[in-house]
Amino acid sequence: MSIAALVPLPVVLPLLGAGFTLLFAGRVRLQNAVTVGTLTAVLAIGIVLLVGVDSGGTQVVAVGGWQLPFGIALVVDRLSALMLVVSTIVTLGVLLYAVGQEMADTSRETPVSVFNPAYLILCAGVANAFIAGDLFNLYVGFEMLLAASYVLLTLGATADRIRVGATYIVISLVSSLVFLVAIALVYAATGTVNMAQLSQRLDQLPADVQLILHIALLLGFGIKAAVFPLSFWLPDSYPTAPAPVTAVFAGLLTKVGIYAIIRTETVIFIASNLRVPLLVVAGLTMIVGILGAIAQTEIKRMLSFTLVSHIGYLLFGVAMGTVAGLAAALFYTVHHIIVQTALFLAVGLVEQRAGTTSTRRLGGLALLSPLLAVLFFVPGLNFSGIPPFSGFIGKVALFQAGAEGGDWLNYALIAAGALTSLLTLYVIGRTWNLAFWRDPDQVEEPTPELVDEMAHLRESRSRQQALRRRAEKHAGEQGRPVPEAPIASAIDTVPQQAAPARLPLTMVLPTAAMVAVSVALTVFAGPLWALSTRAAENLHNPGAYAEQVLGPDAVEAPDNGSGQVIEDAQRGGSDG
Amino acid sequence: MTPPFVMLLTMGVLFACGAYLMLDRSLTRVLLGFLLFGNGANILIVLTGGRAGRPPITDGKDLSTDGMSDPLPHALVLTAIVITFAMTAFLLALIYRSWRLVRRENIDDDLEDIRVAVTKGRGSQEEAGTGVDQEDTEFGDEAENPVPGAPDVDRDGTPAERDSALDHEAALDDEAEPAHAAGGADGPAPEPGAAPEPGVGRDSDSASGSQERGESL
Repeated sequence: MSIAALVPLPVVLPLLGAGFTLLFAGRVRLQNAVTVGTLTAVLAIGIVLLVGVDSGGTQVVAVGGWQLPFGIALVVDRLSALMLVVSTIVTLGVLLYAVGQEMADTSRETPVSVFNPAYLILCAGVANAFIAGDLFNLYVGFEMLLAASYVLLTLGATADRIRVGATYIVISLVSSLVFLVAIALVYAATGTVNMAQLSQRLDQLPADVQLILHIALLLGFGIKAAVFPLSFWLPDSYPTAPAPVTAVFAGLLTKVGIYAIIRTETVIFIASNLRVPLLVVAGLTMIVGILGAIAQTEIKRMLSFTLVSHIGYLLFGVAMGTVAGLAAALFYTVHHIIVQTALFLAVGLVEQRAGTTSTRRLGGLALLSPLLAVLFFVPGLNFSGIPPFSGFIGKVALFQAGAEGGDWLNYALIAAGALTSLLTLYVIGRTWNLAFWRDPDQVEEPTPELVDEMAHLRESRSRQQALRRRAEKHAGEQGRPVPEAPIASAIDTVPQQAAPARLPLTMVLPTAAMVAVSVALTVFAGPLWALSTRAAENLHNPGAYAEQVLGPDAVEAPDNGSGQVIEDAQRGGSDG
Repeated sequence: MTPPFVMLLTMGVLFACGAYLMLDRSLTRVLLGFLLFGNGANILIVLTGGRAGRPPITDGKDLSTDGMSDPLPHALVLTAIVITFAMTAFLLALIYRSWRLVRRENIDDDLEDIRVAVTKGRGSQEEAGTGVDQEDTEFGDEAENPVPGAPDVDRDGTPAERDSALDHEAALDDEAEPAHAAGGADGPAPEPGAAPEPGVGRDSDSASGSQERGESL
């Protein structure tokens, strides 16, 4: 069996799973088992695909056996397979976290029976966007994941979530309509929506028509990817959702937009070059995003702004259009998906532990929960680009690729990137200082829970010190060294009043796993970088893409007039 | 292939009206705008299929653009219509839920933005996009205690009816009120603020604010 048979499964399996979880509505354990099983299977398939595609070349499936330019093509090249694996790691990790939270929360505020099906459809939509070989299938993938995200964002339909959900949904609908109109225009101009055929036909169009189509497509994707002038919806809508939903949205949804932009820039529009405007937009995205983050006091909102800001890095790499730039962008995308998700999961733990994510109300968390502090600190450093973490490697790769290009705009972007990196460090460092490190007495508006818990902690500490002093005094009188064990047992007998809330292990483990994956990106940066470079080389050779998808003999003669092309397409369309 | 002028004109009008309606704060208008804009896009897709009146399935004798119509846009437009339909249903449910919760269906300013603007800068409320009714954006308060004559009432064409529904006491005490309101809403183009509003006397500030905004539409 060739691995091409596996290509549709990342879409089909979650959809089937969604159907089953709907059948099992109300039986939460069974639902969770089906969802976890499905995503584990998809992850395994994704890894097999990645290995197979990396060694055996691009896999193409014509859905339903229709001859290829006319049927729906599913294409998995290195980029698709890589994104598929990374996205499934994220969705699986976040799912385990959500299951853990579900088990930990005694008071259920959300109807859990709708979570699993919607989540699986989201996964199917993301996978469909990654393996789509034609623009319209990409649109369908977007719609699937967006429809599921509407449900997930308004989970429980509380007043707050409805309010932000309305903004998010209206913006997403507009972006979908723009995308749809762009597809219609592309079809009107070229007579095809197959990406491989588009890469051959679009450059025969007049330059201004190409520019219009290019900008129309980029507008649609830009809203989804939260690129600067189109990014204002994101920090409003993401933080209100449940923590796992925010984590998976932040990690994945904008990156699907970035993926679409990468395809647009590399495969579809080869001749039409928007390098300068894209670079300018990338720089503005970085700077404006991070300035927004500085103003925030809510950690979730702060992270949402940094998310927007770091989209700028990805766009920078894509806009350069060189192999090195693309490779750096891919590496940074993988890093960003994992680390951003890990950070949001850690903040979800903060919310679980302290009841709030406002830095005005938090303090002394490092004392209360050292484990949580580590889980925030490691991805925080990684995110800010501290060596030797993968964030640093990705940024260096981006800057190197930029410096190779060598004109002043690239250098301006490098400066903006460095500034953004420093400001990210400042923002993360400030959050760390306020929420984790400072003395709880300095908190502006402390939560009652925090005050109680600190008082309790202090009391047990002072008792501990008193005991130790007594023991030392006693030992000094006897002239013996201080024994350790009796003190420990004496501390254990300190009466436990108001037992403080503990972090549920079922939530800590998935977060720790995600942090471990983010560290693993650093450890295995070499192979990942090599893979990104190979994927970028793939992308940089769109002729090869067309040849792999359509077959070697399908490459069209370049001297056709555009009108002739359209007639050909329509005549061909009747054959199919 | 030149598309028929009437269809192009229809498409343009649909796009224009849709875009205009989507700029409104009222979700119902946004929904209508989305429908119009979506149908504009659908017409655009259908237009790419060639001229009207050609068969999509032929006996294979004439496969030129004159002999047949391109079937692919029809498949695309069917998918697009289904998706638009599903989104419409979801948006309607959202509007209904919003109405049930807080008795309004406007898209509000972001609370955290307002808070940041208020705490960080002096006199920057305008910058945050909050006008007269900054307090009204507090969703929770309104859910418990609907504001009489809230500023959104006469922006949906059914001014007094919504107003009376807003004001529980008025609806309960005065049975004639809804009938009166329905009469007001029957008019061809109800003048914003002109329909009898129970809220006018009580809260002249917000009523006049709504009037201003109604006229600016």
